[in-house]
Parts: sequence; C-alpha cells; structure tokens
Amino acid sequence: MTAATTAPAGGKPDDRRPAPGDPFDQDVLPTPPGATAALLRSLLAPMKARVAVTTLLLLLQQAVVQAGPLLVAYAIDRAVPAFRAQDHGPLVAVGAGYLGCALAAGALQWAFIAAAARVNQDVLLDLRGRIFRHAQALSVDFHERYTSGRLISRSTTDVESLRELLDEGLQELVTVVLSFVYISAMLLWLDLGLGGVAVASMVPLYALVRLYQRRAARVYRARSTAIAAVIVKFVETMNGIRPVRAFRREAANDTDFGRLNARHERTNGDALLEMARYVTGSRLVANTAVAAIVLWGAYRVADGTLALGVLAAAVLYLRRLYDPIDRLGMFLNSYQSAAASLEKIAGLLAQTPSVPEPVSPRPLPPARSEHPGREVVFDGVSFGYRTGGEVLPRFDLTLPAGQTVAVVGSTGAGKSTLAKLLARFYDPSPSSQLRSSRGDPYAGRVLLDGVDLRDLAVPDLRRGVVMVTQEAFLFSGTVADNIAIGRPEATRAEMEQAAKEIGAHDFISALPDGYDTDVRKRGGRISAGQRQLVAFARALLADPAVLILDEATSSLDVPGERAVQRAMATVLKGRTAVVIAHRLSTVEIADRVLVMEHGRIVEDGEPAELIAGTGRFAQLHRAWRDSLA
Amino acid sequence: MATTPAPAQDRSVVRTLLRLWPYVRPVRARLFTAAFVAILASCVGLVIPLVLKWMVDGPVAGRDPAGVWLGALYLLLLGFAEALLFGLRRWLVARPLSRVEASMRAALYRHLQRLPVSFHDRWASGQLLSRGTTDLMLLRMFLAFPLTFLLVNGVTILVGVIIMLLQDWTLGLVILGPAVPLLVTCVFFEKRYATAARRAQDQVGDLTTVVEESVLGIRIIKGFGRHRSQARAFRELSHELRGTELRKARLLATIWGVIVTLPEVAIGAALVVGAVQVADGDLSAGTLVAFLSTALALRWPVESIGFLLAMTQEAATATERYFEVMDEQTEEAGPAPESVPADPRDRGLRFHDVTFRYPDAPPGSPPVLRDINLHIRPGESMALVGTTGSGKTTLTALVPRLYEVTSGRITLDGVDITTLPREALRAKVAVAFEEPTLFSATVGDNVLMGAGDTAGPDALERALAVAQADFVHDLPQGTATQVGEQGLSLSGGQRQRIALARAVVGQPEFLVLDDPLSALDVHTEAAVEAALRQVLADTTALIVAHRPSTVLLADRVALLSGGRIAAVGTHHELLRTNAEYAYLMSGAESGRQEEAR
Repeated sequence: MTAATTAPAGGKPDDRRPAPGDPFDQDVLPTPPGATAALLRSLLAPMKARVAVTTLLLLLQQAVVQAGPLLVAYAIDRAVPAFRAQDHGPLVAVGAGYLGCALAAGALQWAFIAAAARVNQDVLLDLRGRIFRHAQALSVDFHERYTSGRLISRSTTDVESLRELLDEGLQELVTVVLSFVYISAMLLWLDLGLGGVAVASMVPLYALVRLYQRRAARVYRARSTAIAAVIVKFVETMNGIRPVRAFRREAANDTDFGRLNARHERTNGDALLEMARYVTGSRLVANTAVAAIVLWGAYRVADGTLALGVLAAAVLYLRRLYDPIDRLGMFLNSYQSAAASLEKIAGLLAQTPSVPEPVSPRPLPPARSEHPGREVVFDGVSFGYRTGGEVLPRFDLTLPAGQTVAVVGSTGAGKSTLAKLLARFYDPSPSSQLRSSRGDPYAGRVLLDGVDLRDLAVPDLRRGVVMVTQEAFLFSGTVADNIAIGRPEATRAEMEQAAKEIGAHDFISALPDGYDTDVRKRGGRISAGQRQLVAFARALLADPAVLILDEATSSLDVPGERAVQRAMATVLKGRTAVVIAHRLSTVEIADRVLVMEHGRIVEDGEPAELIAGTGRFAQLHRAWRDSLA
Repeated sequence: MATTPAPAQDRSVVRTLLRLWPYVRPVRARLFTAAFVAILASCVGLVIPLVLKWMVDGPVAGRDPAGVWLGALYLLLLGFAEALLFGLRRWLVARPLSRVEASMRAALYRHLQRLPVSFHDRWASGQLLSRGTTDLMLLRMFLAFPLTFLLVNGVTILVGVIIMLLQDWTLGLVILGPAVPLLVTCVFFEKRYATAARRAQDQVGDLTTVVEESVLGIRIIKGFGRHRSQARAFRELSHELRGTELRKARLLATIWGVIVTLPEVAIGAALVVGAVQVADGDLSAGTLVAFLSTALALRWPVESIGFLLAMTQEAATATERYFEVMDEQTEEAGPAPESVPADPRDRGLRFHDVTFRYPDAPPGSPPVLRDINLHIRPGESMALVGTTGSGKTTLTALVPRLYEVTSGRITLDGVDITTLPREALRAKVAVAFEEPTLFSATVGDNVLMGAGDTAGPDALERALAVAQADFVHDLPQGTATQVGEQGLSLSGGQRQRIALARAVVGQPEFLVLDDPLSALDVHTEAAVEAALRQVLADTTALIVAHRPSTVLLADRVALLSGGRIAAVGTHHELLRTNAEYAYLMSGAESGRQEEAR
C-alpha cells in the first residue's frame, strides 16, 4: 500500500464521485422559481380574513393617531378666535376629540397587537409543522446528506427571521404605506402645492429603496448560509463530545468554529452596514425636502396665499411623512432576511421524498394462517446508492412465510442494503453500472404477500416489516416512552411483557424510576448493550409480520445474546425473520442461511447442509467456532 | 424534556445585563461614541421645531425674505447633520456588534467543549444550541437598539421636557402628568413579561431538541412508521410555544395600549390649555406650535420605551440562559492536587482503591464502581469483562479523565493522572469508543486526529492496515473522502474500524478500547486481532470485551462484577476457576463450566 492510493481516484471513470459544487455540501438546495413567494402566499392564504381584520384595526389606529395635527390646526385657526369671542364650544370639542382619539388609539393599538400576534403565531406554527412533517417524510438517504444541524437551522433561525418579518415587518409596512397615503392626502388637502412637492420627493426615495433591496438580498442569503454552517459544526461537536475530549480536538475545533463564526460575523456586519447606508441616504433626501417645502411655504405665507395655521399643520405632517422611512428600512431589513430564509425553507420543502408514500395504497391480503408471518419476494431487484458506494446487482429471492433467514458475509457485502430495501428505507433503483450502460429503468420490486412495498400505506408497511438496527438511539423521555414507539397504544403490562421476554426487564426495574426513568436525567445512564435490549423490546412490542435484525446484538455480552436468542426462538416462531449477524450463534435459530459477497448471494441453504460443505459458510463457521476458544 | 426551570428568585435586570460587560468592553469606545452620536442626532431633531418656531414667529410673520432664506438654510444644515449622524451611529456599531455576538458565541463553544462530560449527559444539545443562536441574536439586538435608545430616548425625553418647561412651564407640567402612572404600569407588566419570555426561550430549546432527535433517530422513526406521532409531539410542543408567545403578545399589547393612550391624553390637555392661553394672549401661536411639535416629537421616544423594555427583558433572560452554561466549571478549573512523586515500582496503568459515583447521581445511591484495584503492567494488555451495564465503559472513561474518580486514584507509570495536564494525559492515552463517532472531515483527517501534528501518510496507512480498513481506498476519493455528520454514510463496521485506526495511529503508550470489534464480521475480526496483537505487544492496554475472541487479545482478564473487580487472571485460569466468568464467556450455566472449557 503506497501513498499514491490515498490520492483521489481521479483516473477511474467513476460517476460515484459527488459533483463539484454539490448543492448539499454548499447548503444551496435548488429552489424552484417562484417557490419562495408561493410559500409565503400559501402560509398567509388561510389567514386572509384575519389579516384583513388586523389591517383594518391598524388602519383605524393610524387614522385616529393622524387626526392629532388636524385638531391642532383647528384649535389654532378656529377654536382660539372662537374662544376669544367667548364661544367655548369649539375648544371643548377639540379637547373631547383629542381625548377620544387618545383612548381609541390606545384601545386599537391593543387590539391590533393581540390580533396580529395570533396571525403571526399561527403562520409560524404552520411553517414549523410543515418543515418538520416534510423532513420526516423525506427518506433516510436525504437526512444522511442534509445533516441535523441544517434542519435545525431551517426550523429555528430561519423560522425566526420570518417571525421578525411578521412581528415587526408587516406592521411597519402597513404603517408606512398607510401613514404615507394618509399624510400625503392630508398635505394635498391642506395645500395642493405643498402636498405635490412632498409626494414628488418620494421618487428618489423609491430609487433608494430598490437599490438597498437588491444589495441586501445578496448579503442576507450569505448570512443565512453562514449561520447554518455554524449550527452544523456546533451540533456535531456537542453530539461527539467524548471523542472530541479524548482526542484533544478542542483547540482545532475552536479554530474551525472560529472560521465559520467569523464568516457569519462578516456577513452580519455587511447587513448592518447596508442598513446604515440606506438610513443616511433616505434621511438626506427627506430633510432636504422638509427644508425646501418650509422655504416655499414661508414665502407663500409672506405672499398671503397660505394661512399660518396651514403652514404649521403642514410642517407637523411633513416631519411625520418622513418618520416612517427609517421604519421602511427596518421592514426591508426583515423582509430580505426572511426572504433569504424562506428561500432555503422552500428549497427544503421542494425536495421530493425518494421513498414516497403511495397515492392510492393497496391493503395487505388477510393473513393466510394463524401465524403472523408473511412471504417476502425480491423480484429482479437491483440497487445503487445515488452517491455511489455499495451496489446490489439484480437478484431474485423468496423468503417463505415464517422462515428465519440468517444473512452472513463480510462488512460491506450488502447485507444491510438488503435489509434496508426490505424495510423500505430505500426503494430498488438501477445500480449505477446498469444505469450508465443500458439506461434500463427497471429496478425490480420487493413484495410482501404479493403486494409491492411501494403500494403499502405506512401503517400497513410498519405492521408488516420492522427493523432493529445496531445503532440503538434513545429519544428524550422515559424508558417506557422509548419502548412504546413500537406500539404507542400498548398497555404497560404488554410493554413489560416484551421487556421480560427479551431480558431487559431486570435492568429497567433497577433504574431509579424503573420504566419511568428519564433517559436524559439523573441516573438514567444506559449502556450500549442495554440500549440494544430496549430497541429489541420496542420491536417485539410492534409485533410485525416480518422482523429484520441488523447486527442487533453486537453490544450484548454472551449471556445477554444467549438470552435474546432463547427469546427469539419463541418470538420468531411463525414470523418471517431476517437476521444479520457477525456472530454465527444466530445461525442456530435460523432455518436458512444466505452468504453474501460483493452484493451477490453466493450461498443459500440450510445451516447444517452448508456447514457440512466446503463453501464460504463452512469456513466462516469454523473460524467462528475457533473464536469461541 | 430537559427544560431548565426559570429561577424563582427575584433578579435584577440591570445586574444580569451588566454581566455582558466583559464582552462589550473591547468595543466600548465605539459603542459609547455611537450612543453620544445618537443623542446628538436626537437633539438636532429637537432643535428643528425650534427653528420652525423662530421662522413662523419671526421672518414669516415679519415678512422678512432674508430671514426666511436663513431659516431654510439652517433647516437644511440641521437636516444634513441629522442624516449623517444617524448614518454614523449605525456605521460605528455595525462591525463591533457582530463582533460581540461572534465572540460570545465562540466563548460559549469554547466553554462547552471544555465542560465535563457529565454536564453534556445532563443537557440536551438543543438547549445549548438555542443559547448559541437565538439568545445571542437577541443580545446583539439589545446592544444595537434598546441599550442605545433607552439612553437616547431617555435623554431626548429629558431635553424635550426641559425645552417644553422653558417654553411654558404650565403646559410642561400638564405633559409630565402621566409619567408616574406610565412608569408603574411598565414595571408591573415587564415583570410578568420576563417570566413569559423565559418560558418561551426554554420552549424554543426543547423544540430544537425534538428536531435534532427526529433526524438522529430517523431510522427508528421510519422503521416503526412513527413519523406521524413524532409530528404530533412536535405539534404539541410548538402549540405550547405559540401559547406562551401569545401570552407575551397580550402583555405587550397592554403595555403599548397604556403607553399610547396616556401621553396622547396629556397632549390633548396641553392643546386645550395652550389654546386658552393663546386666546387670552398669554402665549404666542408660534410658541404653542413649537411646544406641540416638541411634544409630538417626543411621542415616538415615549412609545418606544414599551418595546425597548420588552426587548431588554428578553435580553436579560437570554443573558441569564447564556451564563447558566458559562458559570458551569470547566474541567480545567478546580484545585490542583499536590503532586505525588512517581513510584518506580508502579510502572504501567494502575487503579488504586478507585470508587466512582456519577456526580449527578442521587445522594445515597450505591457507587457504580467500588474499591477498584487493578494493575496493568507496562506492555501488558488487560481485558475487562462484565455483564451488560456492569460499569465497564464507565471504568474506561476514568482513564482519560472524561469523568473524575470520586475517591482513590489512577496512575500512569506511577504518576497520578490528576497531576498531569489533561492535554498531556489524553495524548498518552488513546481511546476507541463503543459508538464510533466520525466527524465531518475526510477519512484521513478522522484517523489522523488521533496522532500529533507530525503524523503523515505513512502513519495513516499503518493505522488503516492495523484496523483492516483498506475499504477506504475504494471510497470515491480514497482517504480524502468526506464522511458526513457522524459518518452516517458508512456502515457500523466501517466506522468502527476507522475509529480503531484513530486510536492506534498515534502509537500511544496507553490504549483504551471499548468493545472495539463488536460490529465486525468474523474474518475481519480475526485479521484485526492479528494486527492488533502486534500493536499490543508493546502497548499498555485496557480492552473492554464481550467475547472470547476479543478476550484472547489480552494477556490477562479482569472480571468486573457488582462494581468491583471480582477476579484477575488469564482467560483459561478464570474459565476454570470462576463460575461467573465461565458463564459470561460461554453463556452456559455455571454447572456446565467444565464442558465449556
């Protein structure tokens, strides 16, 4: 073995190598054109009526608030002279009006915030749910590439930026538009000329807004990618904290994380600077306009073509006309940030599950005997990973109902792939060689009692086939919760029965709170072997027709494994079972053995028959006997 | 769910937020300048109405065109000044604030990496992550707006009120009327808002945990067709979050309602009183316009105080959550034990009366390991055997000090491991874990992280050869192939071999292997064993084993039973003399041990 072999296999005509610029690597899944806007629309569509009511509340609130200067003008121009003439009526009216406006403004503000929060929270609830449900519907191979960190980023920080848009942005936008329309109307009504100038000043402001929008879009997209990368690194470190410590990765990780963090810092700063430029520009335009209008207005007062009170009111309105410009900036800010996030979310939602649920599912035929087992047929099945890796060339295989089949072979021989096809984690697909040479799309089918797995509804499929893997992950919650995943409606007694059968009951009872021990809390430490027992109990509880055990006893000690096997002898009776194990002790309970090598089934027969022979299995079996020493 | 309960004791928002100072300190000059600039900008904003008043009362009323031009020029200059100051403020803080956020995140990450493993056992990583993302964003926003604008608006209001009092003190007092009730309302509601904010932030952390687990456990969820019930659990949690958020919104709405209403009532009163004074000739119309203009200019600063205080509360909560983690003691902390001179007779790895109980175990519970005395001589390899859950993995975790012994000590060549710097200790001791975690890096990097920086391709090849991991050369890019998050795209056996290569690549003096061959097939296992024997010949090793084949790698075997070392000897000795051991190795009942031999 030389160093040359470690170089990338560049010379090989190899289509398994991920293309440069893999969208998964760079966290840029393609978003179909218009999908972002469509997503936002579909989120808001069910809220139409409530959005309308909320907008109406805001409209009224603004109307009430904007009445202030009008009352001031009225007070100075009419009520004061009237008061001088001993007519107190108009001034009382002004006072009452102002009081009424104040109370109405407060009440409407209250109502608006409460109503808007309802709409916003419902939209966010919907979006969070959609991301989660969609991610759950996507297949295992998608998750292997997308990473949990990115999914977390999508459903936390990206949802958060939409929340900012909804919480502040929409209110800002509505306020801005409303107050602009309202104040412009007021100014035009007060004086056509002054109002006209004010409206004209909006043209350069609009240009400024467009410019900002374009620049900000780019910055925010970069920022969303940057924070996702930070999260991926963070999650990976925390989940692998033991090896991180044991191999002294802390300093190297600090450097890596520092790099990702600095990229986020930079994009974040860029975003804030864009905002600074926008605010300066818009203020300059606005303040220049104010000065110009006041100058002109003053001249006209001097001419006598404009009343002093009108100028006073106009000036008050003018200041307000430009106030919302900053807030428009904030809106654009949240909008761009949310748009970048929504784009990423839309890209995730646009992924189609490679293992889709059937549109019109077929039911399983009724059981043929009193035994739960069902027949499994691999009919011309072939499989190649999309990313390359191991491949199963086309093969046929029939497992009669009730048979226990042991699958043996070296690591990477395709045993797990066989199991995953049967559990429908993957669907058959033409292997890459087949694809490139013949372009034959037919990849075969996996049948359960004659029904293609692809036609089975999920509940039927999972009553039919259950797989226990060597990675015995435990979810937050109690031990009982974790077992109940097998069959949530099971009673406690059934659950304990399953645990007893598999030999897990003793250790579970010895935990501080027994079955109710929280696996993440004090005293809830559960060893790898014990986790496998929990996984077994879960599978037993599910009571499937076909049970697949993929290296499910690898972390058990010999007595533990024996206990499991004794249990299996009764549990598997009548069920169809596929058992993958390196420890050939499993074979003792098998009716049939398949030996796999390089994706092919090279031997197939009864254990005793194969052991007596001279083939691969006979060798393996001898080696195993020896290893028992 | 690992929700950390909100501390019940009354806390001071200000004191909590002051803890941010060390992170803010490096950018304090910029931040203070920015605040000063912001105050200046608001003052300019307040002067503009005065210029207007001067124009209306003076040049406009007096028909003085030159004065009008002068006034307009002043307005223009002030307007420019205001715009530039606004921009300057944002420019000043843009980079520094991002830096503060980044430095706090880096500090959190640094700290988390160095917290004891028992801390990570307790904390769901979703809760940690939400502290590193959403909480820090809240803090950045707090530094950008509420911190500056509470000051700026406070000053603006003060200056505005002074201007108004100078213009007309009766009107000024009328405007000041609602200040007290406003303050009382704010204080009352902000307290309740703080509680709701804390709950919401914790719930976000829980939600993050569910999302993470839904991916890490995807095979189980798919395998049992439970994605709907998983989605239901998620929905329940997100409904709870929605409930909390709505409660927050209702509190905020009330504060806003009060804050909008009271000042407006005061302005209305001032208008009426002012109008009466104008009618009586006590006040010029221009003064009233200027006065009301000032009052209206103050409306935004006053109204904004509601949400600024709300943001401040959220920031205080975020700070609290952040420091909950930062206040945890890292491994490095703690008193340095007095160093005991190395005993030359104590060569090898030795456990002296080691007792261990998990630091978070309920008091009074029996220790996991009791009075462990075990001596692994230099170059010797010792297998550790015991029933599932007997504490074997725990014992191995004590050697690289992933956990600290409760009492007793562990020595390497006579040196107490607690006297060694952790870095040095972990460089001496290499570990392969039961669960082979691979990091997002190339296969080569994953292996080489077990060695010092000097290890090159030769060391890599040697390690891969020992672990029988030749398959890596068949990967799309050989040893340069990226393995994903947790190396998910490789099989368990493949990951285990890479992890094993990582453990041996640095040719460590001490090797701890936790059931390193469990996922290998018999042939590979035999090949790995043959290669490992070479490595183990001059390495002091502790190997957790479940099977006879693995046990045979070792020179001697220690049987762990009931938290104690029950027996030590060679495999064949123990098989003959120890019924429990024979049972563990053969699975046969103790009465049949002779047969098992």
